[in-house]
Amino acid sequence: MPERLMVRPGLFTDGDPPALLGSRCAACGSHHFPRHDTCPYCSVEDPTPTELSGPGTLWAWTAITAAPPGYSGQVPYGVGVVELPEGIRIIGRLTESDPSALAFGQAMELLVVPLHTDAEGNQVVTYAFAPVGAP
Amino acid sequence: MNGVVITGVGLHPFGRFDGVSTTDMGVTAVRAALHEAGVGKGGFQAAFCGTAYGGVATGHKVLSRLGMTGMPIVDVEAGCASGGAALMLAAGAIRAGQYDTVLVFGTEKMPKGIIRSSFFEPWQEEAGLAATPSFFALRAQRVTMTSGVTKDHLARVVVKNRRHGALNPDAMYQKEISAEEVLASRVVSEPLHLFMLCSPNEGAAAVVLTRAERASTATAAPVTLAGAVLRSHLPGSVLSESTPLSGLTDDTVPAPTTLAARAAFEEAGLGPSDLDVVECQDTDAARELISYEEIGLCEPGGSGALLASGATELGGRLPVNPSGGLLSKGEPLGASALGQVVELVRQLRGESGPRQVDGARVALSHTVGRGANAGVVILTR
Repeated sequence: MPERLMVRPGLFTDGDPPALLGSRCAACGSHHFPRHDTCPYCSVEDPTPTELSGPGTLWAWTAITAAPPGYSGQVPYGVGVVELPEGIRIIGRLTESDPSALAFGQAMELLVVPLHTDAEGNQVVTYAFAPVGAP
Repeated sequence: MNGVVITGVGLHPFGRFDGVSTTDMGVTAVRAALHEAGVGKGGFQAAFCGTAYGGVATGHKVLSRLGMTGMPIVDVEAGCASGGAALMLAAGAIRAGQYDTVLVFGTEKMPKGIIRSSFFEPWQEEAGLAATPSFFALRAQRVTMTSGVTKDHLARVVVKNRRHGALNPDAMYQKEISAEEVLASRVVSEPLHLFMLCSPNEGAAAVVLTRAERASTATAAPVTLAGAVLRSHLPGSVLSESTPLSGLTDDTVPAPTTLAARAAFEEAGLGPSDLDVVECQDTDAARELISYEEIGLCEPGGSGALLASGATELGGRLPVNPSGGLLSKGEPLGASALGQVVELVRQLRGESGPRQVDGARVALSHTVGRGANAGVVILTR
């Protein structure tokens, strides 16, 4: 029976709405993604698990026009950086693959989107950002 | 870092060489450097070899071919800065009194196309988040936002470096290119077109370092290694060469290049205004401009204006990448930093023919890449 599989368990939740699984350092207050067991900024151990959900704003973006090694999904595809209100910038796929259709600072929401279908027929999904209000 | 001099340099040209092994290229470069330094069997007490894709004991294979083993031979991997890391270790050992003469070399045969790096986890490749050009492109887009850089500036970097490369018989591309041709090449990742990206390739470079007082009779005009620094990144920048999945909304975290450059200038007792010639990381056209700002060749935000002034062209106030840079030479990771050092030693000796920077006395080499690692080397005569 084909399933819906996360490209990597432990990165995000697949609910409605979805969320990124991050952490927050109680000592310095910084947020992390993915979840860390030691704060990368102040090296204090055991940050608090937290969920990051946005929406955020677009900070940088591009598109990849030819499939890189190890990738079997669609091309072209968008890649970008979205700033979340927690003071963290996240790298992720964008649902928009035409860079000219995007603008700095525009509102972006988190989605879980299909990447490709694996050899057993399972649908592999990942987190991505989409312009708020996009069809 | 007074007291350490370079008495010999050697190069295997950068390009694609079917049937020539990583070891073969290393032998060519090492033999040339030792010959120039007048150093034979038993004449150096340690060797450091920069390589990322060479495999186990790359340095040993090269020196075994020359019948020069017995001393410590250590391979050094620090991404694009591997050669700079090897140079720092060698210079430190000489300065500490451990050795008098050390051989430093780098040799590499890179796979073609987009570099597939074990640095990324498999899921990142599967999700399309391990495409190196996309990170270059995101940085390029940011520099267009912060520094008044346009696509025309990006094309101009390529035109400049390829013009320089046309004068370098050791470069992979020795043909000039026009801005129109650069902008007509296919878009790999907006705003970067194919000809704005360097080619991973093959090559080797070698340098002989000696305690200064030992060199006084051996070489007529030794070049002084005034500073050699390797630094890694501080966390916080989402577009750092350490390619994290997240970062802070704090743009004041210094880049590894800035950390390395500051430390190297301090070690040398010099500053950016003292420089006569620079070789810097130009993995892509935007990276050269980012390097200007991170090294301190201009104020933050000033890279587009510095390029447009013509100052960084041959004949300008501060030529950058007179060798043609990685955009002309290609990038064999373990050899690229030492390739820069070979170019700059020849510039300081006045041996660079049609691409000579007149009267050059202070030179800086810069590499940055995976890790993140950044290496800055300062040479004087």
